[in-house]
Amino acid sequence: MAAVFFMVTMALYFAATVSFLALLVRRADALSTFSLTITAVGFATHTVALVTRMLTGPGASSPSIHEALSFFSWMLILVFLAVEFRHRLHVLGSFIVPLALVSLVSAAALPDTVPTLQPVFRTLWVHVTLSMLGTVGFAVAFVAGVMYLIQDGLLKSKRFNVLYSKLPALDFLDDLNQQSIVLGFPLLTLGIITGAISAEFARGSYVNWNPEQTWALVTWLFYFVVLVGRLTVGWRAKRAAYLTIIGFAGVVLTLIGVAIKSFGSVS
Amino acid sequence: MHIVVVGLSHKTAPVEIREKLAVPESRLGEALNRLCGYSGIKEGMLLSTCNRVEVYAVVEELEAGYSRIQEFLADAHLSVSSEQLTPHLYWQTGDRAVAHLFRVACSLDSMVVGESQILGQVKDAFEMALTHKTTGLILNKVVKKAITVAKRVRTDTRIAETAVSVSYAAVELAKKIFSDLRDKTVLLVGAGEMAKLAARHFIASGVRHVRVTTRTPQHAVALADRFSGTAVPFEQFREEMAAADIVLVSTGAAHYLVGSDDVQRAVKQRMNRPMFLIDISVPRNIDPAVRHVDNAFLFDIDDLKFRVEQNRGGRLQEAEQAEHMVVEEVGAVRQWLKSLEVTPTIVALKSRVEDIKRAELEKALGRLTRLAPQERDLIEAMASSIVNKLIHNTMITLKSEVASADAAAFVEAARRFFNLAEVSSSEDLEIEAPTTRTNANKPG
Repeated sequence: MAAVFFMVTMALYFAATVSFLALLVRRADALSTFSLTITAVGFATHTVALVTRMLTGPGASSPSIHEALSFFSWMLILVFLAVEFRHRLHVLGSFIVPLALVSLVSAAALPDTVPTLQPVFRTLWVHVTLSMLGTVGFAVAFVAGVMYLIQDGLLKSKRFNVLYSKLPALDFLDDLNQQSIVLGFPLLTLGIITGAISAEFARGSYVNWNPEQTWALVTWLFYFVVLVGRLTVGWRAKRAAYLTIIGFAGVVLTLIGVAIKSFGSVS
Repeated sequence: MHIVVVGLSHKTAPVEIREKLAVPESRLGEALNRLCGYSGIKEGMLLSTCNRVEVYAVVEELEAGYSRIQEFLADAHLSVSSEQLTPHLYWQTGDRAVAHLFRVACSLDSMVVGESQILGQVKDAFEMALTHKTTGLILNKVVKKAITVAKRVRTDTRIAETAVSVSYAAVELAKKIFSDLRDKTVLLVGAGEMAKLAARHFIASGVRHVRVTTRTPQHAVALADRFSGTAVPFEQFREEMAAADIVLVSTGAAHYLVGSDDVQRAVKQRMNRPMFLIDISVPRNIDPAVRHVDNAFLFDIDDLKFRVEQNRGGRLQEAEQAEHMVVEEVGAVRQWLKSLEVTPTIVALKSRVEDIKRAELEKALGRLTRLAPQERDLIEAMASSIVNKLIHNTMITLKSEVASADAAAFVEAARRFFNLAEVSSSEDLEIEAPTTRTNANKPG
């Protein structure tokens, strides 16, 4: 049941991605309505898929990387729909929806069995949820950064094309970038702390310095520096855009590390 | 009864002619009364702007109406004779006259396609005609429709969305850098006309803080007063630049007033908040090297002009969509106008009562199955006689009012009383096809 809804969601996100990408170069109101509708329907089926899985799932005490990525994708779409609802910013979909699709396809490619690591407490749910929410913040910051650099480039080179007319003002993107990090950073911090506590209970040590843990801490530190730099010495605008793009690459590498481990532990 | 337009515009007449024919607002009423004083002119409206002088009217006879209106136009100025006007005038009737009005109201016929003034001018002309009671059933309906169509075009197409003046293009660009102009500060350097105009556009778009600097301090103070801003000493404006989000430069200086270092320093002081610099001076006053400073966005007059050209192109594309809408709406008006004609109304009236009669007869005769043929004939004759007598007076009145000024009103009333549907547009279109007179085929 959940699997069917999951597949339907994937198909819908795929269609939405195609139509949102077409929206980058085409001026058509009908197309944006179409893209939005498909995304909204996809979000609904995605919600059903997640809920049925939670209710009828194997009752695992910890989420798999599959579930984490699916949840991440769902949150991304939720954030997009919320921003869209407030600011009518269709073009954001052209950047976020493809990202959500990639994340969902990765989820589909990964085993959805419970990792071999058996935690004693249900705190691992909390750890995964918080980390993923933090990651959503960084993902939105990344998207805002990419959009910022594109718009900055178009303005500098005076290329007033369709994309230029669709992208919002630079300071809006810079604000979106800042807000996403300001929200995402504490969530990731909490995620790492709860993860460490879970590890302490499960294995008796907070950190065991395996590659993905180390990398996660490096990423955390990086965002910490970015955030402080932004608030104190004016690392905003273009620099902030570059930094958040680099930071998100770190996040993706961490996730890949976790994914490889979970893949390895199954096969 | 024909709806006509006779007039001239920036497309057919030079300004020397247009200015002579233009009717000042104070004399519009008098002119309207004079127009409708001509025999054969039933309704009239006068649209007089700096780009066009046009008379919209409903006339009894086409040719006579045309010449009356031409006389009327020539009367506006002593030095203009009716013959002199001929090469500059256009004459349209029927669908084409309606389409012309629609295109004018939608700003499709304007010098700058998509400009918003013309709709207001059409509204004013209509108000004026209403005040002097020179329009009637037909023009009222058609002009109202024109205003609705123009509004629809403005909301449904992007024809008026983009900037087509250099000074407004600057505001449009600023909106791609700052999402909210209300808390932004504009620094105006120099008192060039274009820069002042741009500053005014910025204020209209919400900018509340204006700082002004000019070489002569008195000028700066006077200008600052006008924009309710503050004056900044010219020697210091480079240091003050960091406080400005938008810098508008337009002075007569022959060299660069603002260098790349100045901007670099300002951006640094602003903690990398973006800065928008507009150089409307020729020769340029901001070093073009400023383009390479991060988070500073410099646009010169050519960039703005380029943007304006692009927008104009975009508007023309949107205009095509607007033309389709006009054609559609003209069709609707044509149908309505057709329904106001006497002959089709009489035909419709006859067929309507005939239908009722037949239906009722069938019902009654269906029940009376044992009637002799003579009895049936008698009942049928009686039914015919009743309906014919009922509509007899209506038909006589319609026929006798054909030529009167109120014909359209009588037709409209008859249609409502007898619940007659509007005539289908395909009906005898060929015969009633609108006749058009243009310069080329105008006799004489």
